[in-house]
Amino acid sequence: MLTNRIQELKKEIIEFATHVENMINKSINGLIKRDISLLNKVIVNDEPVTNKFELKIDAHCTNVIAQYQPTASDLRTILMIFKIGNDLERLGDEAVNISKSALFLVERPHIKIEGVDISRLAEESLSMLKDSISSFVNKNVQLANDVCLRDNIVDDYRDKSLKNLINYIRQYPSSVEQIQHVITICRKLERVADLSTNICEDIIFMVEGKVIKHAFNQ
Amino acid sequence: MSDLIERMKAENIGFFYGNKQTLKDITLPIYQNKVTAIIGPSGCGKSTFIRLLNRMNELIPNTRLEGEILLDGKNIYDATMDVVDIRRKIGMVFQKPNPFPKSIYENLSYGLKINGISDKSFIEERVVRSLEEAALWNEVKDRLNESALRLSGGQQQRLCIARCLSVQPEVILFDEPCASLDPISTKRIEELIEQLKANYTIIIVTHNMQQAARVSDYTAFFYLGELIEFDKTEKIFTVPSDKRTEEYITGKFG
Repeated sequence: MLTNRIQELKKEIIEFATHVENMINKSINGLIKRDISLLNKVIVNDEPVTNKFELKIDAHCTNVIAQYQPTASDLRTILMIFKIGNDLERLGDEAVNISKSALFLVERPHIKIEGVDISRLAEESLSMLKDSISSFVNKNVQLANDVCLRDNIVDDYRDKSLKNLINYIRQYPSSVEQIQHVITICRKLERVADLSTNICEDIIFMVEGKVIKHAFNQ
Repeated sequence: MSDLIERMKAENIGFFYGNKQTLKDITLPIYQNKVTAIIGPSGCGKSTFIRLLNRMNELIPNTRLEGEILLDGKNIYDATMDVVDIRRKIGMVFQKPNPFPKSIYENLSYGLKINGISDKSFIEERVVRSLEEAALWNEVKDRLNESALRLSGGQQQRLCIARCLSVQPEVILFDEPCASLDPISTKRIEELIEQLKANYTIIIVTHNMQQAARVSDYTAFFYLGELIEFDKTEKIFTVPSDKRTEEYITGKFG
């Protein structure tokens, strides 16, 4: 019956989210520990799994809607699971993008850039992703709201990092190719935070029926 | 687990009332421990079809059947088959609850007695088990000697399901079992069908498309006496193959 089907969908989305969180973790650890095999695993092994997860969740949501005509909170839950599935697939893509840029960087000598700390940015973004999953599991609207507010912190940190990275290029023009990959990683980590924020907005709609996106800062 | 067992099968079924053909060349598998729903607009032949599955139509004069209905590979219309035994194996629940005008207990013991069982403790055990299986035990356990007609409509329908279960059938046919029930009773029957499929093979005729979508694993769409499409329910209700199925389930006709 519908309740069981929704439970199954929730389980699937939690498994999917855990998989994607691991992918991002691996891509950052691969960069920091300069572990090429870990980075390759994200690209070769983990990414196809995200596609399968997404297709499975798409099909299951479609079937449940067609078979049960859910309404009210049931409908909101299924629609949001459908959207969160989409966001998780994109998060998986971002993990691949990070890994690809990381592969470029770890094959070259390490450069230290003042005012740019990838692991701090990653920590902030990943904590938002983790909290978004946890607010989904526990229907915790307060935590979801908190994640949305933290998006600004990541944005600011990315902007500062980009400024420092551009200055670095000005100083050392020959480093442009490498720095471009560092910029990509910063941008992708900021996307992780953005997508986590999207997920939290969806969770708030799922639990309370309130639409907070687009107008959240007003 | 994913292996499907073909418990019953309709093979090239044609059915005639006089000269009028109401079913045309229907071939349809019925899988074990699955719920198969038959949907279609009024007059499409779905009730005629389900009644053929336990030889309910053969008393209607001036009718003719072509093809075979197989249960475990054997034609149930074969001259060597015992119709009483077939109807014990293939039980049926109808649109309107039809309990016997007897006590709750007698409604359930009756089928066992006419099947020649006289062991009182066995009968008692079957009565309790059947009522439990039909999710009615808790509501009637203290009033087994009361008339079944004093039960509510939804309870009466569950009693009819219990009566059907009492003789330990293998297949259960439901002919619009919720047509005369309120939404709450309907939900209970649907939940019951979901539970029963673990032990039985179920076929349900319903004019309520949403009910077919909710309760069944496989769906057959009948139109003008023909089987238009048979597939997994989720497929029928998301991407049907035939345009007529699409039009029917999206409410464009019927």
